[in-house]
Amino acid sequence: MARARKWDWTAILLMSPSFAIFLALLVLPIVVVLVLSFGERAEAGGYEAAFTLAQYANLPARWAAFRNTLSLAPTGTVLCLLAAYPLAYFLAVKASPRSKLLLLILVIVPFWTSFLIRTYAWIFILGGKGIPALLDWVGIPDVRLINTPFAVLLGIVYAYLPLMVFPIFVSLEKLDKRLLEASEDLGASPWATFRQVTLPLSAPGVATGCMLVFILLMGEYLIPALLGGGKVFFIGNALVDLFLQSRNWPFGSAVAVSLVAIMLVTVTLYLRLTLNRRGFRDQSLV
Amino acid sequence: MIDPRKEFMAQLRRYQMGSISRRHFLGVTGLGTAMAVMGAAMPGLLPRKAYAGNIGDKVSLATWPNYHDPKDFEKFKELTGADVEVSVFGSNEEFLAKLQAGGTGWDVFVPTNYTVSTHADLGLIEPLDLSKIPNYDIAAQDAKLIGEGTVKGTVYGAAKDWGTTGFAVNTAKVKENPTTWKEFWDLTRGAYSGRVTVHDYQLTTIGNALKYYGYSFNSNDEKELADAEKLLLDSKPHLFAITSDYQPAFRNGDAWLGICWTGDGKQLHRDIPEIIYVLGKEGGEVWTDFYAVPKSAPNREGGYALINFLLDPAVNATEVQFHGQPSTDSRTNKLLPAEMLNDPIMYPAADLLSALEFGSAATFTNPARAEILARFKAA
Repeated sequence: MARARKWDWTAILLMSPSFAIFLALLVLPIVVVLVLSFGERAEAGGYEAAFTLAQYANLPARWAAFRNTLSLAPTGTVLCLLAAYPLAYFLAVKASPRSKLLLLILVIVPFWTSFLIRTYAWIFILGGKGIPALLDWVGIPDVRLINTPFAVLLGIVYAYLPLMVFPIFVSLEKLDKRLLEASEDLGASPWATFRQVTLPLSAPGVATGCMLVFILLMGEYLIPALLGGGKVFFIGNALVDLFLQSRNWPFGSAVAVSLVAIMLVTVTLYLRLTLNRRGFRDQSLV
Repeated sequence: MIDPRKEFMAQLRRYQMGSISRRHFLGVTGLGTAMAVMGAAMPGLLPRKAYAGNIGDKVSLATWPNYHDPKDFEKFKELTGADVEVSVFGSNEEFLAKLQAGGTGWDVFVPTNYTVSTHADLGLIEPLDLSKIPNYDIAAQDAKLIGEGTVKGTVYGAAKDWGTTGFAVNTAKVKENPTTWKEFWDLTRGAYSGRVTVHDYQLTTIGNALKYYGYSFNSNDEKELADAEKLLLDSKPHLFAITSDYQPAFRNGDAWLGICWTGDGKQLHRDIPEIIYVLGKEGGEVWTDFYAVPKSAPNREGGYALINFLLDPAVNATEVQFHGQPSTDSRTNKLLPAEMLNDPIMYPAADLLSALEFGSAATFTNPARAEILARFKAA
């Protein structure tokens, strides 16, 4: 105990670079945004020092953006989970060691190209000369895919799938196969084994994957801008407009602070709910 | 019939070059800050001895997508030894926001007429030292088009080129032959619901909604703006997209009608002849883009050298043939092919032109307009 109270200069020295980075790149910007959010928009745009709650009072003007984000981000997360789980399960449990490596590489390969190019490619796939033309050819005319919430959700699932696959894959990979055999020996059907053994044991991976995807989705703006045609509006889009178009920094800061607050509350609730459940308590998240 | 694979590759190439048409892709996607270091990408051009008056080895230019012939930057490098570092932006608001925030590192940028006075008043740009730009001959410029480069008698901007804002029509699909903004908005909410695009840009989208009622493109009147907002909100469910990157939608056959700038109209018509460019009879916008030097320019000598080089009539003529926006310089026009000068997209008929208005600084900076566009987009 006495030792812990003494200044450990080596540790402090070793920690200081990361503290400096943490301070400069996380704490300071948040403080700046917080200060800005109580200010006023200058005549020609930007920030003018003031202390007012007017920006926060004006938040309902961006209600549609909050509503879209808060409905499409959870939906996107759930869809990602539904698409990723079978894939991760197959990779971890069913695939042979050799094909496993190949398949894992295939999941990662898209990350080698720019996210922007991959999303832009969907504009052509979903656009008039893409899938709708194919559907028209087989006798289903006038299908509109691009610039709809469907296109945005598709883009989300496509872009975020690997972030969901890997945590689940890791937790399934660690799963002790003998438990599955034991379950089978004790007379459980494959479905019961999955439900009572595999699923609970992979839950930490699911929780991590969902959190990764959800947090990133709350700040998403590229996919709605490109695949929603400017008609599906997220908070991220509202923020970009406020800073780069209206140049209303105080209001933009207030929206940003609110977004951070919403995320903190949601993520805290989520962690409490998942971590407090039986079987999670003493496990690491991956 | 365009081969979709080729078309995609072409679009991809354009993206890689940072050049998916004016005010577009990079702006929309926030990749405006993504730098395309053109000079560094040019092969076989090792730095040569700098010419008289060393301007350093790098000049930083902030400009619009698809707005310069990369070959001209190669020539500049051959002449001066300096690479041109190009960053591409999607809106005037972005230029202003970045300069206000500081630390851009730009030596030259390209603001539009109605923003020059705002930049000058905020002390963000410097009065041009015209002795360093001998190629900018004010007497040779079209006086009607360059007025706003001068603020209170001081020249802050050297005119680059000009253009208009009209609408693109795919005549293979749209048979009504619309010629007015009234018809444009009525067709949007009628026969061509789901096939129309408008700019993600308050100045033009609100301005041309105002023209529906015959109001001024520049109106800042509360009641008139409320009318325009109502029209926009009514039209929103009928729109294909709110985007300034509308060329893909037209090329894919998804959009048949949409607000459009000269250069995009020219490029679409060149590749797909049935897409035509129309100026609304009630009027609309005419604009001029200027070269300006930020006060914060780290290499102002290099900036001036680049402006002077690009405004050399011979260089400017190759630039115009590349981007398809008409020049303000009569000496440049003399060097252009006749079919370009007779092109009604680039050089519209005088009676259509006279109805057009220059966007005003008050229109550009009006926070109420920015908020209307935000409400329209979020609706």
